[in-house]
Amino acid sequence: MNPLDTPEAGAGTDPRDYHDLFQQFKGQEGELISILVRVQETFGYISEESVRRISQFLRLSENQIFGVASFFSKFRFDEPGRKSIKVCMGTACHVHGGGFLSDTLGWQLGITVGQSTKDKAFDFQRVNCLGCCALAPVVQVNEKIHARTMVTQLKEILQNRE
Amino acid sequence: MSNFSTIQSAARQQWARLEESPVPVIYVGAATCGLAAGAGNVLHAIRQTLLELQVEARVVPVGCIGPCYLEPLVDVRLPNHPRITYANVDPSRVKRILERLLLHGDPSADLAFAHFGSNGDPLTAGLPRFFDTPMMRHQVRLVLRNCGFIDPEDIEHYLANDGYAGLNEALGMTPEDVIGMVKEAGLRGRGGAGFPTWRKWQICRGAAGTTKYVICNCSEGDPGAFMNRALIEGDPHAVLEGLLIAAYAIGAGHGYIYINSDYHLAIARLRQAIAQMTTHGLLGERVLGTDFSFGITLKEGGGAFVCGEETALIASCEGRRGMPRSRPPFPAIAGLNGHPTIINNVETLGTLPHILRNGAAWYRQFGVEGNYGTKTFSLVGKVRRPGLIEVPLGIRLRQIVFDIGGGSWKRFKAVQTGGPSGGCLSEEFLDLPVAYEAMAEAGSIMGSGGMIVVDEDTCAVDLALYFLRFTQAESCGKCSPCRVGTWHMVRLLEDLVAGRGQPEDLAKLQHLAETVKRASLCGLGQTAPNPVLTTLRHFRTEYLQHAKERHCAAAVCKELVEYRIDPARCNGCQRCVEVCPTHAISGARSEAHRIDLALCIKCKACYEVCRYDQLAGNAVIFESRRSEQ
Repeated sequence: MNPLDTPEAGAGTDPRDYHDLFQQFKGQEGELISILVRVQETFGYISEESVRRISQFLRLSENQIFGVASFFSKFRFDEPGRKSIKVCMGTACHVHGGGFLSDTLGWQLGITVGQSTKDKAFDFQRVNCLGCCALAPVVQVNEKIHARTMVTQLKEILQNRE
Repeated sequence: MSNFSTIQSAARQQWARLEESPVPVIYVGAATCGLAAGAGNVLHAIRQTLLELQVEARVVPVGCIGPCYLEPLVDVRLPNHPRITYANVDPSRVKRILERLLLHGDPSADLAFAHFGSNGDPLTAGLPRFFDTPMMRHQVRLVLRNCGFIDPEDIEHYLANDGYAGLNEALGMTPEDVIGMVKEAGLRGRGGAGFPTWRKWQICRGAAGTTKYVICNCSEGDPGAFMNRALIEGDPHAVLEGLLIAAYAIGAGHGYIYINSDYHLAIARLRQAIAQMTTHGLLGERVLGTDFSFGITLKEGGGAFVCGEETALIASCEGRRGMPRSRPPFPAIAGLNGHPTIINNVETLGTLPHILRNGAAWYRQFGVEGNYGTKTFSLVGKVRRPGLIEVPLGIRLRQIVFDIGGGSWKRFKAVQTGGPSGGCLSEEFLDLPVAYEAMAEAGSIMGSGGMIVVDEDTCAVDLALYFLRFTQAESCGKCSPCRVGTWHMVRLLEDLVAGRGQPEDLAKLQHLAETVKRASLCGLGQTAPNPVLTTLRHFRTEYLQHAKERHCAAAVCKELVEYRIDPARCNGCQRCVEVCPTHAISGARSEAHRIDLALCIKCKACYEVCRYDQLAGNAVIFESRRSEQ
């Protein structure tokens, strides 16, 4: 299921979604991170409802689950925007001026890193390394990698709000 | 072991059919780096063109061969001819290349990059051999041997190229002999610290208990490093074979692969490889008919740098926050769920099959005394030829940066080895041999293999701040030297790059760095100050310029830089007016423009457009002026 297709209010509220998801697991504590990864893949983020369900499934406290999930940079707790923009902050991108890209993008979108625009069109994240350092600096929009991005190209990237 | 030879000979027959294929074979480098460069579109264009030309050919997506700057790479092999490589292939060029080569036997020498055969084939006359090209010539490919050559999704390809022969050897020996062989080979952990692999194994083998685990560490959280991912994507079975060998040596019945959950392709390849191993009797009960039984589970990590640390990794595997604990007991005595556990790096495991197959003496021919074998590095940053490389240990840094990487465009400044845990080595260290002890003496570390080259356009203080911000954010917060110390270091560095710093801050920074280094609980904190300590040592003048003169020689630190337009050169093309996100630039057409510094956010957009646009006059200047306080 594409997380972008899920209706806003119904994201991850249907018990059947969890039933299918949990079926791949045995219900052991050691599976917690894998479950969180699956939940985020399915719903786009970790909602309070998801934490409650996982807590029931694994018999762990909700606090414990939040504790683990918030430790890892991968997990997010708010609904993502439709178009995800990730600016790579890897070392290669940094020395090639990746910082300029993220500063300017934030300015142009009117939000800071980790937020999404009010109309939920864009989601702005920084990532530690996308692993294509030879193409630095890179910006990833949904699945597409924009290689050797210049500040002047950002407007183009933002033009399409859908 | 008739069992193994049957599997192997079947695989060899299948490989021979591919090698002697009567139809052309097209190999496309389709690892993550290749896909990012557009290999997916190229693959699509190739399939489309083959249909259009009505030519039958086999298309094989392969792993990363190394030179990332040449991606997307496409190799074409006509029957009875060597493979010809085409670099930086664009979907628009695919048709021309394939049409000329497949229909007319013309290799398009103007587009071809190199070939993989021996010189003398008329088809490839005038082309260099791939391994004679400057980037490849100085490399020794052991671990990466198969990457880019075999289909990573086909176990038969691996088996046909001596795959699992090392495991077969190992299973014929006693575990003690396997450990002895690795000891003789002198293999040291490739994760960065260089602890002898055999010693770890021996401790674990001798530990009490019958339940033991082996974990493959593919956390790879440092920015600018992608060696482990490339190896798994290009040759997953090599890592799995190593895991089995390690498990046999220590007596483990189950293994885990701890992998960053963002490595989608690598995870998919591993899952597929594990399924193939099971059907070939290489996994499960009684591997290859012996008494050795083994199972593998994939564990996804949530992307935390500290999880590269052994005890933090184990905590994360157990479903807890990835925080390290104090040692002893070492994981080799009490690790995962309290059982003796060995954690080996992906590359260490990838090396094992070669040692077992070819013997310790063979392995010792590579490298230098005490540092045997090869090491993979991801060579990135300001170099002409970035990519994934494998070199024998003991090679000089100069050879890596200049001979393999081709040097930087502007003046070389430094090379950062070991990622955020490593040090920044200036020009005077270029003749340093790449060996564990030599690197440590210079204040850096070998690290897992990130190697970032920077030139004069990079500010040393800004680079130190970059790494410190990373380690500060990734610090798990358990011990205060690391949690509080890195935070204060970041503050001091932020003051320096913003022009608020004082010369006495340098001494404070030094003192803090040394304290954090000595007092932190785990490797993250103990190595986090390295970028600061090395830059303070080798680039002290730059620090002093920031503190005393409010001057950044590389013009990187925003607060110390001012933008202006040279009225003599500005032709009034208004391109910069259009791109400025804050509307800070004004001026009528054909008149010199002006920048309102109150609105300028120093984003460099005007500079880029003025520098590279054909209409513009290259009139935007940004510079950092010296100011005595």
